[in-house]
Amino acid sequence: MLSLGSGGAKSTKPSFVSYVTPEEIKSEKDPPKQEKHPDLLPGEVEFCSANPILKYTQDDLSQRGVFGTLFCTNFRVTFISDEKPQEKTDKTFKNKLYGENDIPLMCVDHIYGVYDEKRKLITGGLVKNKYPSKMIIHCKDLRVFQFSLTFSKEEDAKKIFQGIAHHCLEEKSLKCVFAFSYMGTPSPEMQWKQETVMFDSPEDWTQEMKRTKANCRLVTENENFELSQRLPKYFVIPLTIGDLFSYQGKGLPIWCWSHYSGCALFKASFPPVTQEDGDFQKHLDTMINAVAHNHLYSVKTEDLSESLPNIQDIQQSYNKFKQFFLIENSTDFWLSDVKWFSSLESSGWLDIIRQCLQKAVEVVECLEKDNTNVLITEEEGTDLCCVISSLAQIMLDPYYRTLMGFQSLVQKEWVAGCHAFLDRCNHLHQKDKEYHSPVFLLFLECVWQLVHQHSPAFQFSETYLTVLSDSVHVPVFSTFLFNSSHHRESVMKAESPLAQSGPLSCPTVWDWSVQFDSKAQNFFFNPLYLEKVKHDRAVRKPHKPKHQRNLSLPSTAFKTPPKKGFFKDETDSLKKMLRVKRLSRWRGSPDAPTATTREFFESWQHRPLDYHGLLLPCLDGPAVHIWMQRYLRWIPEVYILGGGSVAVMTKLMELLSQVQDLKRVLEQRDSSQAAKLDHRPYFQHRLLSFDSSGRLSSSFPFAYTCYRSFKPIIPTGLMQSLMVTDSLASQEDEASSVVSFV
Amino acid sequence: MFFCVQVYKDPSKGELPLLPEEHVQDSAKDVTYICPFIGPVRGSLSVTNYRLFFRCTDREPVFGLDLPLGVLSRVEKIGAATSRGDVSYGLACKDMRNLRFVHKEPEDSLKKSVFEVLMKFAFPVSNNMSLFAFEYKQVFPENGWKVYDPLAEYKRQGLPNESWRISKVNDHYELCDSYPAALVVPVTITDEELRRVSSFRAKGRIPVLSWIHPESQAAVVRASQPMVGQNGRRCKEDEKLLQAIMDANAQSHKMFIFDARPSVNAAANKMKGGGYESEDAYQNAELVFLDIHNIHVMRESLRKLKEVVYPNIEDSHWLSNLESTHWLEHIKLILAGALRIADKVESGKTSVVVHCSDGWDRTPQLTSLALIMLDSHYRTIRGFQILLEKEWLSFGHRFQQRVGHGDKNHTDADRSPIFLQFIDCVWQMTRQFPAAFEFNEYFLITILDHLYSCLFGTFLCNSEQQRLKEEVPKHTVSLWSFVNSQLEEFVNPLYVGYPSHVLFPTVGIRHLQLWVTYYIRWNPRMRPQEPVHQRYKELLAKRAELQKRVEELQREAANRTASSSSERAGSPTRSITPVQTFV
Repeated sequence: MLSLGSGGAKSTKPSFVSYVTPEEIKSEKDPPKQEKHPDLLPGEVEFCSANPILKYTQDDLSQRGVFGTLFCTNFRVTFISDEKPQEKTDKTFKNKLYGENDIPLMCVDHIYGVYDEKRKLITGGLVKNKYPSKMIIHCKDLRVFQFSLTFSKEEDAKKIFQGIAHHCLEEKSLKCVFAFSYMGTPSPEMQWKQETVMFDSPEDWTQEMKRTKANCRLVTENENFELSQRLPKYFVIPLTIGDLFSYQGKGLPIWCWSHYSGCALFKASFPPVTQEDGDFQKHLDTMINAVAHNHLYSVKTEDLSESLPNIQDIQQSYNKFKQFFLIENSTDFWLSDVKWFSSLESSGWLDIIRQCLQKAVEVVECLEKDNTNVLITEEEGTDLCCVISSLAQIMLDPYYRTLMGFQSLVQKEWVAGCHAFLDRCNHLHQKDKEYHSPVFLLFLECVWQLVHQHSPAFQFSETYLTVLSDSVHVPVFSTFLFNSSHHRESVMKAESPLAQSGPLSCPTVWDWSVQFDSKAQNFFFNPLYLEKVKHDRAVRKPHKPKHQRNLSLPSTAFKTPPKKGFFKDETDSLKKMLRVKRLSRWRGSPDAPTATTREFFESWQHRPLDYHGLLLPCLDGPAVHIWMQRYLRWIPEVYILGGGSVAVMTKLMELLSQVQDLKRVLEQRDSSQAAKLDHRPYFQHRLLSFDSSGRLSSSFPFAYTCYRSFKPIIPTGLMQSLMVTDSLASQEDEASSVVSFV
Repeated sequence: MFFCVQVYKDPSKGELPLLPEEHVQDSAKDVTYICPFIGPVRGSLSVTNYRLFFRCTDREPVFGLDLPLGVLSRVEKIGAATSRGDVSYGLACKDMRNLRFVHKEPEDSLKKSVFEVLMKFAFPVSNNMSLFAFEYKQVFPENGWKVYDPLAEYKRQGLPNESWRISKVNDHYELCDSYPAALVVPVTITDEELRRVSSFRAKGRIPVLSWIHPESQAAVVRASQPMVGQNGRRCKEDEKLLQAIMDANAQSHKMFIFDARPSVNAAANKMKGGGYESEDAYQNAELVFLDIHNIHVMRESLRKLKEVVYPNIEDSHWLSNLESTHWLEHIKLILAGALRIADKVESGKTSVVVHCSDGWDRTPQLTSLALIMLDSHYRTIRGFQILLEKEWLSFGHRFQQRVGHGDKNHTDADRSPIFLQFIDCVWQMTRQFPAAFEFNEYFLITILDHLYSCLFGTFLCNSEQQRLKEEVPKHTVSLWSFVNSQLEEFVNPLYVGYPSHVLFPTVGIRHLQLWVTYYIRWNPRMRPQEPVHQRYKELLAKRAELQKRVEELQREAANRTASSSSERAGSPTRSITPVQTFV
């Protein structure tokens, strides 16, 4: 019931400025007006609700808000305003699963309760006793919601608070995740899914080996996970490995990608070498030799757990970092603005991004310049190995800079590659913090840096990356729900008891039509992408011609692979010599000094930029930026009205459509070709009407102008910001007022 | 590394690209340039009456340095000669770099070293010589001295009108020698009253109109501080003038006085006879302090910034080092001040008076930024030139003192990067509103480079009066002659030019960035990349090409009436398809 308990403990007179006058609240005592309910998704169930709840608007300090009903379902926490929905601007970028007032349960990061003006972090223990007057929800996509619970009936408020706290914070089983209740009908638009290579079949791997001309072996022995449950269902290893079954696949070098020269990138799970087990050491030697065997008998191994921060460091750093963006009010904003740069630095997050990119560049250097095989290792082989190998592949292979290529890469390295999404994202709210870490987000952050620095090289936009980072916390997709291929298969099988209904109808995240209509999906594409002029060849050879230019760098390795058939014997003996030398030189050697990577970067930089060739990031301090779109999009204080990149994009879209129009006119003129006209691609919709761009916010498409009137944001507390203490401040402007000017 | 103006460069010959009236003064072979990025480079050094030119040919790619002597702030010998007779010279530049050369001292002690020649020509003012701008006789198709006509600019704003008149009281710079000849004042105030006001305002810089809102008639008025002093002096005429300014705007019965200084400093000025408007004396005016620091603080901040960015950047402490310079915080305060002014004028429809101490440093920063926010005309290339000519040059920003053209006294406390700071603020706005400005980043960098180069007369002297006295327009070339003769270089292809839009930038530090392509441009790793613009220019060219073809075809179609399909306009152009067509 929505009616207010009259004369209850709670005062009905709000002590703040509100959009709703107290009279209006009183009027609700009359027979409840039409009860509002959220539009439930198929399979979504409402748990509890409370009314009236005041949702504070984030804009300012005046504590204004909107009254409405707060619901908790098995999918989300949702707030429905009592007010008539305003004439919404036609939102081109609307998520079909959740709106601006919906918080998927998985997306809740922390809940704070305000008890007698004191803010407390809500954990299990606090829930039972009492409920707070104000509930603050921090989301993993960095939204902040503030609800006042003081206006609804005590029992309602208690119920909704406990319900939300229970469903968002308590440890739960995987089966309770909404994906297992979701009954969405598979959409007819399957174009996305079809083109993304899922790497769940031997064919996908064979095709990938063919594409990169890899000379490796596909392993199908793990089809039923008899070899190891931590290994992918199918994977690829160096040709010369015979023994698969020792040490449960530990140390097996898993092929990631082959350079056109023949050398390749491998990753392996590798316990820290402290183990005194001589046999195991021997096993590893065999494995390393097998990698070396892949090409020219050279290999470089890199233990990522030694040279990069571990997953707990990453977690801690991100926890600090994200606090700077979870802004609850203007005062907080301007206070934190003062120490912005040093706060950022102290979180260390940008530095971790830099280190990962740096490591990836080192790997790229080995493959591209030295033509050495690379084996990256860490204990599980599914965290930083995934980050580094994916980044190296994006830098080297332009295919992975297309949208489909990128999605295939995520499938290959992360999903099929057994990254423990469930544990790392902590979807089940496990108390054991040891396993949580935003490793996948870290990867997206690194990709964003590349996109930011070399935008024409990428087919996808930063909006795509932002949406992908959000989708991790939408409990509808199978992509991010499991810890390994084995986990996925066993759960998916077990969860479809009704054999006739087929496998669990849980879409992958790549089926973007579940979240966005096709118009909104346009925002995923970078209009500046410099598409490669396609050759009329059936076989796709994405990178080969570009890579053949030599880098004029001193290099000890052979630049070009020896031709097949020629001087076979000689090369073989040469190989034997090299092998010894190489192995002794590279094995266990410490990091290549960053100085050589600098040199590598600089020599690359001196060459004309080829967006379809090798791509390296600049890693100097000023070049590493903050992913503004992701982190600042909900903060009204930083909206630039009429500015930001949306202004550029609008203009660009307009120009593109003009070019298209003109081409069309030309083609129509060309009467002999008139018949073909209909099949020509035509840029049909301008994403935004041109006039409107002047008033759009820089956080578009995530936030619109309707949040605020068109007024500038005047900073508060400027004086605190800058206390210049030295004597200069008090000096006169005219140093020597005696000096008279002519 | 290159300097941006190379008017007569012929790269095929190894010769020195000389400007008209530029002459080689001395040159030396076997000079080593200690490059902080690529290490020592040996080559030859030439010094002309305009520039320093260093060239090393035994490297690939050819390495060269080409910089106008005007950018040098200091040339000094570092240490004594070594046993081999090598002497090291350090050159500190105004454009964020330091150069170091090693050169053998000439054995003949009578012969001057090339660096002594350099010192002579780098600081002509200190050596009683004229600046190169007075010798440079390049002729450009357009005369940039004609860009700004005060009366035409006031006419554009609808002035004079029933409330404002153009006074000739300062025609001979007798009222105020640092103000322009044409002043816009309320019609109700006589010239005699203005004279009396001038004795009450520091340096005689009375409140005069800078800009008037076309609809609300709210005005932006600039001045210097009132000479209130410790005893709280008052001036009837000044009070009347401010009341008249308020009355000229029927929309509001209030007015804001923005004092750019921190209130502490404004109060401290009372000791020296200055101060700020008291609320008793100016009853309907509200005084707001904007907390912007003085020229010395700004100079120190830039010095720290140079330390942080040149030559090497400490990556792991980059952000905290940047913060410790306070440079972006100063930028934030200036932008925030201008934003408050623009807000009062636009949203509050209220007239504002802006002043600092003398009204020639922080005041033009604030008024010109507010004007850029309020009036889209100033966001065009020519409009921006007019804005600089008006708010900075004619209203007497002391460029000669602040920059120290040709003056070897590098420790002069009057030097300060006030104008650089303003251009930085403009750049911040162009970042936030990439489609709102007709000019590009290169335009701003060009202005800054010629602020120091002394090639053009534009930024010479301290005031309009001085420039007239020295006959600067007659003897020198204007920077705008050069710029306007090759406008396409400076055009922002993204420009849309919303005609009536007011721009309110976001001044949070989160949205301000260090202008890497200016401050760190000498670091080769920070190579500027402007893929968006480049791509954009391609598209513009493509559109022009297609448009041309369409016109051709249309003409063709008009000419022939019967035969239809025999002719073709050539094969369709190469597919451009950067377009995503997911429908």
